[in-house]
Amino acid sequence: MASRYSMWSVFRNGLSGQQHWDRVWRDPEPASHYDVVIVGGGLHGLATAYYLKKMHGIRRVAVLEKGWIGGGNAGRNTTIVRSNYRLPGNREFYEHSLSLWENLSHELNYNVMFSQRGHVTVLHSPGAIDTFSRTYNTLRMTGSDGEFWDLDTLKKNIPHLNYAADARFPIYGATVQPRAGTARHDAVVWGYARAADALGVDLIQNCEVTGITRDADRIASLQTSRGVITGDKTAFAVAGHTSQLWHMAGLGGLPIESHKLQAFVSEPLKPLLDHVVAFSVGGGLFYVSQSDKGGMVFGGDLDWYKSYAQRGNLPMVQNVAECATALLPCLGRVRLLRHWAGVMDMSMDGSFFICKTPLSNLYLNAGWNYGGFKASPASGWYFADLIANDRPHDVIRHHDLQRFARGYIIDERGAGADPKLHG
Amino acid sequence: MIKIDCPFCGVRDHSEFSYGGDGSIEWPALDASASDWVTAVYERDNIRGKQWETWHHLYGCRQWLLVERDTLTHEIHTVKLAHSGCGQLSR
Ligand SMILES: Cc1cc2nc3c(=O)[nH]c(=O)nc-3n(C[C@H](O)[C@H](O)[C@H](O)COP(=O)(O)OP(=O)(O)OC[C@H]3O[C@@H](n4cnc5c(N)ncnc54)[C@H](O)[C@@H]3O)c2cc1C
Ligand SMILES: [Zn+2]
Repeated sequence: MASRYSMWSVFRNGLSGQQHWDRVWRDPEPASHYDVVIVGGGLHGLATAYYLKKMHGIRRVAVLEKGWIGGGNAGRNTTIVRSNYRLPGNREFYEHSLSLWENLSHELNYNVMFSQRGHVTVLHSPGAIDTFSRTYNTLRMTGSDGEFWDLDTLKKNIPHLNYAADARFPIYGATVQPRAGTARHDAVVWGYARAADALGVDLIQNCEVTGITRDADRIASLQTSRGVITGDKTAFAVAGHTSQLWHMAGLGGLPIESHKLQAFVSEPLKPLLDHVVAFSVGGGLFYVSQSDKGGMVFGGDLDWYKSYAQRGNLPMVQNVAECATALLPCLGRVRLLRHWAGVMDMSMDGSFFICKTPLSNLYLNAGWNYGGFKASPASGWYFADLIANDRPHDVIRHHDLQRFARGYIIDERGAGADPKLHG
Repeated sequence: MIKIDCPFCGVRDHSEFSYGGDGSIEWPALDASASDWVTAVYERDNIRGKQWETWHHLYGCRQWLLVERDTLTHEIHTVKLAHSGCGQLSR
């Protein structure tokens, strides 16, 4: 088991040339049977494994990952953490997640570099101010934090936005969540992986689930690239590839489509932006923060057509660059260092699923759209609670697959049954 | 850039088009059961590979097309008119 990280361990290993650190997690051979088998070694799978052990004392837990831990969306996102969701269910869930983030580095004994630098949504019309004030008032009335910044306050805090009177999108003010911010995505992955491993979870990498054998309404076994593995309970947490596993289990369609989202990072700059800034107008979406290394980390909309290709298209690069310079003209001559894409599990109403399934020993975690990074601690918490107790927690009782048939649609944007319109 | 061979306009960049969605959906009769409608409106096969989908040539002829495209490689296999009405016009 890995030793505890502390100031003392950093000091001691510094003296011995960094040669004596323990392996961060084991690399076990898969056993043939587990109490719970989680498919997908992204943040949601890893967090679920951790809380299954920590809160529910489940004995034999494995996470099966087809590539390497954190090689999916967990390691591809723009790392924004906030809880400014308005609808019942989402509100409590994301607030719980934010409170877990606030203690996560201590909980995991791993510095996840959670930086509560504040999330600023820039507003471009009186109508936008009204709509967002409603949401942020809801935050304040339900135990969270939310502020409105008028133009003077905004200018004082972020002086270099485009405040010109003839700007394409004149700025009227901003809504702000001060407790929101960013975290280092890889550190969260490694932190959960290390903490889960230390509690005895088997993290099995290079282990792709390639087929599923059913026994009536149960999953009997999983065929994997590392042999047959059985679990009393099976849990899917594979984000953009949920439909593939669903088909393998012979379960048909899902209220999910896979779309891709790009992210970008620039060459490092001197300190420029202290907050996370989000910009959203008809036809343009843009969010940006500055990493500790100085790179501007930003993203925009989906590539606009369904896709499983983990690479982005050029029209969206142009769209995002246009948004960037509309909001922050000073970025005009900054060079891009890298850009990449991830496959998103876009749901029909923009909200997630943590729920039971038509099979009695299968549980589903999916539909994260492009907001699942912030959700990962609570996602693991509620999913573990569901798997261990075989019933949904009250907070997520509406986040099931039947909500559409019940007419209980959880659509924050009010965009309708079209996955590419959510986010 | 994906290139779509519009039957009316010829080969054009996909940025001239607006993506519709899954083109294999068959809408039930108006008086079909609610569960048939829930399936048609909300459930998708979400294929990783060749699938039929609708594209709208928004900045071109504004016709709706049915396109058979690979969702992993983005290769386009077939393009045809989405409505038979258009088909008669084009003849
Ligand atoms: C560009 C981009 C920007 C984003 N920005 C933000 C943001 O700022 N804030 C935010 O909150 N969210 C953001 N997100 C969303 C967030 O990253 C995802 O919602 C979240 O990471 C999904 O959960 P995960 O980490 O478990 O997924 P993943 O990391 O994708 O994990 C799923 C894992 O399942 C594995 N898998 C798939 N099929 C199989 C199989 N058959 N067998 C075994 N393993 C399999 C995959 O290899 C993968 O590792 C962003 C996403 C992207 C792509
Ligand atoms: Zn055309």
